[in-house]
Amino acid sequence: MKKVNVGRKILGENERFAFENVLFFTEQKKLCLNMISSPGSGKTTILTRTISELKDEIRIGVIEGDIQTDIDAERIRQTKAPVVQINTEGACHLVAAQISAALKELPVKELDLIFVENVGNLVCPSDFDLGENGKIVVLSVAEGDDKPAKYPAIFAKSKVLLINKIDLLEGGLVDFDIERAKADAGRLNKGIEIFPISAKTGEGFTDWYGWLIKSVKNLRCD
Amino acid sequence: MHEAMVAQSLLETISEEAAKHNGRPIGAKISCGKLSGVNDEALNFAFEAIAKDTPCEGMKLEIEHKPLQAQCRSCNQSFDVELSQPRCSVCGSEDFDLLGDAALVLEEIELETD
Repeated sequence: MKKVNVGRKILGENERFAFENVLFFTEQKKLCLNMISSPGSGKTTILTRTISELKDEIRIGVIEGDIQTDIDAERIRQTKAPVVQINTEGACHLVAAQISAALKELPVKELDLIFVENVGNLVCPSDFDLGENGKIVVLSVAEGDDKPAKYPAIFAKSKVLLINKIDLLEGGLVDFDIERAKADAGRLNKGIEIFPISAKTGEGFTDWYGWLIKSVKNLRCD
Repeated sequence: MHEAMVAQSLLETISEEAAKHNGRPIGAKISCGKLSGVNDEALNFAFEAIAKDTPCEGMKLEIEHKPLQAQCRSCNQSFDVELSQPRCSVCGSEDFDLLGDAALVLEEIELETD
């Protein structure tokens, strides 16, 4: 019997593809943002509003990840933005190799920003690096203000937290303490930028757009 | 939640290493960070299922969860973060920066050789 020191990363194959994607985005000077949330938090609605309202400023393409169907891709297509749908056929997250393949189908040269809309799931996608420049976590107020405390990994790893559906707070339709959610999200992540928004009414989007435009500009000037 | 995928990657890595060192794997030590979301029971279950009828069948996995390290902005000390109560273990401050979570690593394998 003998013991052998190995020291090899498990999921190393995903890291290899993720690193290739990092090189690709750096060379092409494209911003890639990986959107992660529970199902139904409003990722697609945030994207369709963002694409339509920023169409004169940022050229956006989308990679859609879903277990089944191209319902989300169809919604993005209506904004005229280029979109590629990936069906994971049951897998709970996207992997970097799927992103490399999808990038070949997007007109990347004509884009400034590529959004990856991950499979709706607040847990698994946070473990799989896609080579993106940053993760955007979306939390809708109907899910409860305790989610940053209960699912710390994704809030610790994200650059931006979008607190969506704030229109539901008016009239006390849902109880959600924004300050508590912000404090819990910031506890493990001092640099996280937090934008309360309503994808339905458009409230709060100005600051989100400001962050996007600044991030795209920073990348071009690097 | 995706322990089956982790188990698959683990099985492949162990098989490659065992072949390299001409032995039959009987045990492995792996380590992971606090934020990697690996559940011991689920990983053992998935690995057992996936290793059936392979040279890895019956292997024992030892899973080490490495602490999440942070540096306090108030007293500048490094400390291990307790996720249920994230504050500096030295001065009690809640103002700190995470120093990164440990990756999922196959540390060591135990081999039976002829």
